[in-house]
Amino acid sequence: MITSSASLDYVRELVYQRAGIVLGVDKNYLIEARLATLARELKLASVEEVVTAARGEQARKLNPRIVEALTTNETTFFRDVHPFNALRDHVIPGLLAARSATEPLRIWSAACSTGQEPYSIAMLLKTHFPSLPSGRVKILGTDVAESILARAREARYRQLEINRGLPAALMVKFFERDGTDWTLESGIRSMVEFNQFNLVTPSTPFPQADIVFLRNVLIYFDEATRGGVLRRVRAALAPDGYLFLGCAETTASVPDMFERVHIGSTVCHRPRNPA
Amino acid sequence: MRAIVIDDSRAMRAILRKQLVSVGFDVIGEAVHGADALARLKELGVPDLALVDWNMPEMNGLEFVVAVRSNHDYDSMRLVMVTTETEFDQVTLALAAGANEYLMKPFTADALREKLALLGFEAH
Ligand SMILES: C[S@@+](CC[C@H](N)C(=O)[O-])C[C@H]1O[C@@H](n2cnc3c(N)ncnc32)[C@H](O)[C@@H]1O
Repeated sequence: MITSSASLDYVRELVYQRAGIVLGVDKNYLIEARLATLARELKLASVEEVVTAARGEQARKLNPRIVEALTTNETTFFRDVHPFNALRDHVIPGLLAARSATEPLRIWSAACSTGQEPYSIAMLLKTHFPSLPSGRVKILGTDVAESILARAREARYRQLEINRGLPAALMVKFFERDGTDWTLESGIRSMVEFNQFNLVTPSTPFPQADIVFLRNVLIYFDEATRGGVLRRVRAALAPDGYLFLGCAETTASVPDMFERVHIGSTVCHRPRNPA
Repeated sequence: MRAIVIDDSRAMRAILRKQLVSVGFDVIGEAVHGADALARLKELGVPDLALVDWNMPEMNGLEFVVAVRSNHDYDSMRLVMVTTETEFDQVTLALAAGANEYLMKPFTADALREKLALLGFEAH
């Protein structure tokens, strides 16, 4: 059954209003495909029925499900490698030296999907800074999608996921095999706190952080939304902090706020002073 | 960047070759088992990378890794196991024998590319 353009437009507007994600008409196929999966989960006959239910009595239940279905959650462990090498060799040693022992270093993975990004940071800390007392570094992982965060907290990965970006030495050091899945040990899991957090809700304050990983999420937003998010990241970031974006992302929407710096083979962004 | 591909499946060798070429490798040789690979290496010199299947006739991948790592001429060669063996103990065994990375079949082209990036091999 063909989904009406009114329903497609409803979804487009909902996802933009709630998550800032832009779905042009060229993304109608994506709306259809993702909501067809949701329809099956909900035991509804079609995408049209999902939308009709969401526009009626089941709005509170279904609208968030629709938004989540249209997020793209692809991620890997140690994605792009170099930002993690920069953390290990430069950023973390530098910030630890600049902070007193009672000031925890705060690392925020701001669109953490199923957890690979914050867990990679946790494994890196455990491996390369083994003597750090617990609590010296705090890692926060947030995402807009609750169901995705549930998977992050569970820290159970399928073979296809464990294959991606994770050094084999860390896999055998920190994961246990469970059927065909691999589960992360509780020691690493407990280093990361997960919270639901929507980057585009205007009222919620951004968590203060020394290092922000905001990777592969701005690409889904329009220019104005990107600018708004980056301004708030700038305000929440320590003056000597670091922002890491995805490979295809820049701070062009807020040209005066950040300075681009090269560290090893990666680029990151530091607050430009004065703000 | 030069590589060899060691796998008894012709189809798998073709897939791996194609993926290596796409990230900028020159695939200088192929072998159908470990002993074949050792012989090929004598002719070819030391490549930067070998992709190594585990289950092969004559000499399996683990035996190949052990043999290569007992010869210091090959110290600079990175060894990546690419195999359907996915048990925890097997991964541990391969790493202990001197494999540098481990990729479980089935895998995607991205997964191979990411493993190679971990070893410093990147397309430019
Ligand atoms: C492609 S993943 C990126 C994961 C990881 N940062 C990485 O680079 O591999 C994008 C994530 O952004 C999340 N996301 C989308 N819109 C969001 C919003 N408005 N607020 C917070 N997270 C959002 C999605 O749920 C998804 O998990």
